[in-house]
Amino acid sequence: MDIALISAAYIASAVLFILCLGGLSGQESAKRAVWYGVSGMALAVVATILGDGIGFYWLIGLAIIIGAVLGWYVAKTVEMTAMPQLVAALHSFVGLAAVFIGLNTHIVLSSVMPIIQAHADTGVLPPEYDALTGFAAIVAHKTMAEVAILKVETFLGIFIGAVTFTGSIVAFGKLAGKIDGKAQKLPGGHVLNAGAALLSFALLLCYMGGGGVWTLLVMALLAFFIGYHLIMGIGGADMPVVVSMLNSYSGWAASAIGFSLGNDLLIVTGALVGSSGAILSYIMCKAMNRSFVSVILGGFGGTTGPAMEVEGEQISIDAAGVADALNDADSVVIVPGYGMAVAQAQTAVSELCSMLRGQGKKVRFAIHPVAGRLPGHMNVLLAEAKVPYDIVLEMDEINDDFASTDVVIVIGSNDIVNPAAQEDPNSPIAGMPVLKVWEAKQVFVSKRGQGTGYSGIENPLFYKENTRMFYGDARKSMDALLHLVR
Amino acid sequence: MKIGAPQEIFEGESRVAMTPESALQLQKLGHDCFIQAGAGKKAGFEDTAYSDAGVTVVATAQALFDDVDIIAKVRPPAEAELDALKPGQTLISFFYPAQSEALLEKAKTTGASVIAMDMVPRISRAQKMDALSSMANIAGYRAVMEAGNNFGRFFTGQVTAAGKVPPAKVLVIGAGVAGLAAIGASTSLGAITYAFDVRPEVAEQIESMGAEFVYLDFEEAQSDGATTGGYAAPSSPEFREAQLKKFRELAPDVDIVISTALIPGRDAPVLWTKDMVEAMKRGSVVVDLAAERGGNCELTVKDERIVSDNGVTIVGYTDLPSRMATQSSTLYANNIRHMVHDLTPDKDGVINHNMEDDVIRGATVAHQGEITFPPPPPKVKAIAAQKPKEKVPELTPEERKAQEVAAFKKQTTTQVGLLVAGTALLLLVGAVAPASFMAHFVVFVLACFVGFQVIWKVSHSLHTPLMAVTNAVSGIIVLGALLQIGAGGQVTGGWLVVILAAVSILIATINIVGGFLVTRRMLAMFQKS
Repeated sequence: MDIALISAAYIASAVLFILCLGGLSGQESAKRAVWYGVSGMALAVVATILGDGIGFYWLIGLAIIIGAVLGWYVAKTVEMTAMPQLVAALHSFVGLAAVFIGLNTHIVLSSVMPIIQAHADTGVLPPEYDALTGFAAIVAHKTMAEVAILKVETFLGIFIGAVTFTGSIVAFGKLAGKIDGKAQKLPGGHVLNAGAALLSFALLLCYMGGGGVWTLLVMALLAFFIGYHLIMGIGGADMPVVVSMLNSYSGWAASAIGFSLGNDLLIVTGALVGSSGAILSYIMCKAMNRSFVSVILGGFGGTTGPAMEVEGEQISIDAAGVADALNDADSVVIVPGYGMAVAQAQTAVSELCSMLRGQGKKVRFAIHPVAGRLPGHMNVLLAEAKVPYDIVLEMDEINDDFASTDVVIVIGSNDIVNPAAQEDPNSPIAGMPVLKVWEAKQVFVSKRGQGTGYSGIENPLFYKENTRMFYGDARKSMDALLHLVR
Repeated sequence: MKIGAPQEIFEGESRVAMTPESALQLQKLGHDCFIQAGAGKKAGFEDTAYSDAGVTVVATAQALFDDVDIIAKVRPPAEAELDALKPGQTLISFFYPAQSEALLEKAKTTGASVIAMDMVPRISRAQKMDALSSMANIAGYRAVMEAGNNFGRFFTGQVTAAGKVPPAKVLVIGAGVAGLAAIGASTSLGAITYAFDVRPEVAEQIESMGAEFVYLDFEEAQSDGATTGGYAAPSSPEFREAQLKKFRELAPDVDIVISTALIPGRDAPVLWTKDMVEAMKRGSVVVDLAAERGGNCELTVKDERIVSDNGVTIVGYTDLPSRMATQSSTLYANNIRHMVHDLTPDKDGVINHNMEDDVIRGATVAHQGEITFPPPPPKVKAIAAQKPKEKVPELTPEERKAQEVAAFKKQTTTQVGLLVAGTALLLLVGAVAPASFMAHFVVFVLACFVGFQVIWKVSHSLHTPLMAVTNAVSGIIVLGALLQIGAGGQVTGGWLVVILAAVSILIATINIVGGFLVTRRMLAMFQKS
């Protein structure tokens, strides 16, 4: 396959990727969009394999087959509630691949360096060049200035890839509950990160000045540390932002590798992924009324005064009481949160919803942008449980309707329905847009116990006069309701 | 335990403290139920209905008092009834301990426990046993019915072929439970309803029931109901004057006045004076729900319906709930049932008179031969203190327009600023970097731009599929490994290149296949109803 043909295939697959991402703007077009993505990827891989200078076809075939089987297995067996972990784990693969590819670039570069040197000295390519094809030939053909840039690109690719790798592993551990979700920092905090980053920069200068492979390896270790420490310092509640940030990183890593390999498709696709991840993080931070920087640096910003005191008591209610209220209600809004995902209650919730709808009641779902541990997490779970998506509404669509709602059931969410965000200027989450469930006639909160939410702050909602606490595991509570709702 | 309800001996009282339905619930708590023969007759509950519900019907009050552990009544006990009480028994009824000291003293000597339903604290948890509220609700509704009964016109305005009928104007004084119930009944009959209360925080409740709040332009800081357990507090003489002045203005206009103003432990304040009655139109009606405590209207005669010289009917009945005995017995019996429920925490038919419990402590006025009235203040406040409401300044159209223009300008400046800065950066890079790099760099910048434009449009609910699909797409990094693997045979240390590249291909493929399959799985689940 000649270069022009490959370029044509690359353009086609870049267009397919853009259509794939753009197609996700609607539920129906999204189903088509995935196929665009798949064909784009297939086209790119096939065109590359058929190009010049590719060898070890048997090894490539083997690796692809094993990888495909593993990927297929993971995707088929994963629970929908484990989606956030899976995405985080997959990111780490991209990061690791970027590190390996960067190292390869260095090996190839140092091996063809004599050719480049001779070329620069004499102005003619030495005879050894003719033996090279493909990637090695491209590298060998570079001028000294291009080599300098190549080094920076390789360095950056490894750095970003390494940060992505350990960061994703920590995010995976936190989301899967294997690592404590609380924000943890080593003594020194961000100074350590900054120090490691500075040291990496020094290593970059050293590498540019002719430092050997050790500079790359030390830098990779430093970057591994940064990725680990950065994500350890971010609390579980901010994981949605982190996952999408890592998504963005993996894109930038691919893009950097694309630069060092001179491959436009890698650059384009990496940039698409990078910018989409960045925007998603931005959208989410905006939904939480937090600055991106403060999320990345971990923990909530300092408050300016004591938080408002909460008066009153939390009044509990049993399933029969909730069922009575549901039987009497005409309009019901269900607000799901992470607790629903943890308890795997979505199927029971969906059944309850269809029962109530069967009785002619208006049932809707209100989804806060940061509910759950991934953006759109709740939508996916509800979709899995076959809740029709046109009754699943976003915060802005439903927030004004709460005042005319009879019953609101809050299932395992806390901070996103916390009135303190609007009433108490000293609250750590002050100014964050929340679902105004307390405006409804009655609110039932299904919750495991009296604990606070992920942000660890009191929720005055639970003390309001029209709120009743429905304690217990979300799934058991919903199952109990199913029997009692006529 | 055995719970029994005797017939009410107070004259004209039709209510009963136990209904067949409440008896069923009491039995679920492990109690046995007894009723005096004929006790529920006036409220519409026959003895057979009780026995069908598993209640033992006892012939006489004496036999009942001898037999049971808990006596549930409506009215405060008469002397004879107190005489029949034994130590260890519990009496649950209205009691009004503040106004009936002698009765309380006598109750103490019997050694029985007395729970006064009128002393249940006004906290959220105790609402289910707040008999005052449930009775007040009925009284408020009934007051409107009484008024309609004595009022010669429609409530609602009508334009008929036979002529136009103006709507009745109703003024409700005091927006407690009874007042709000009256407002609800009156507005749903179609009358134009005004309501007044000294507690400014109830304005919202009044408006929510569809009545118009009568605002009093008065400069005094009003204590809200939160400090007095949800009831009104006495007002200053100046305030009272202002209030009466307002009522005088309204008097010629209104057709029906329903007054419900009471202050706990005091005589009812006189708010509708003789001259106001005189100012009213012939045929107007005043229903005074405060008649029991002297009346809000100066002319009210307790328990009677009188007509003033200028033809205004003044109704002073004090037994309005009893006039709807079926309804009020049902609600009252439920209140009693809830009280017993709290007294039987383990649902095993054993009474646990827990004096640590706010509600039970508050309602108990005599216990084990001691007077336990007045109770200490409850630990939980009834209502959270009102927060002063912030005023959001209304923007004039000009201001709003100016704001929009300013926002547009700001947007333009940031956009232009970003463009200029971006271009400058590009030029700077172009000045130092070689041409081959710049070709790739331009592609990179354009791709970022396309990414930004495309992703903004992705709908929120699809963010997780988006993340999964971008994750799959980021597996494009496999191209890098594919390109490099060939170099393995051409350079020194090539074996390492081959291994690293092969591993990269493997894990990137996991990423690609896993990412796309998971995305497809997720999207397949989205369905329309």
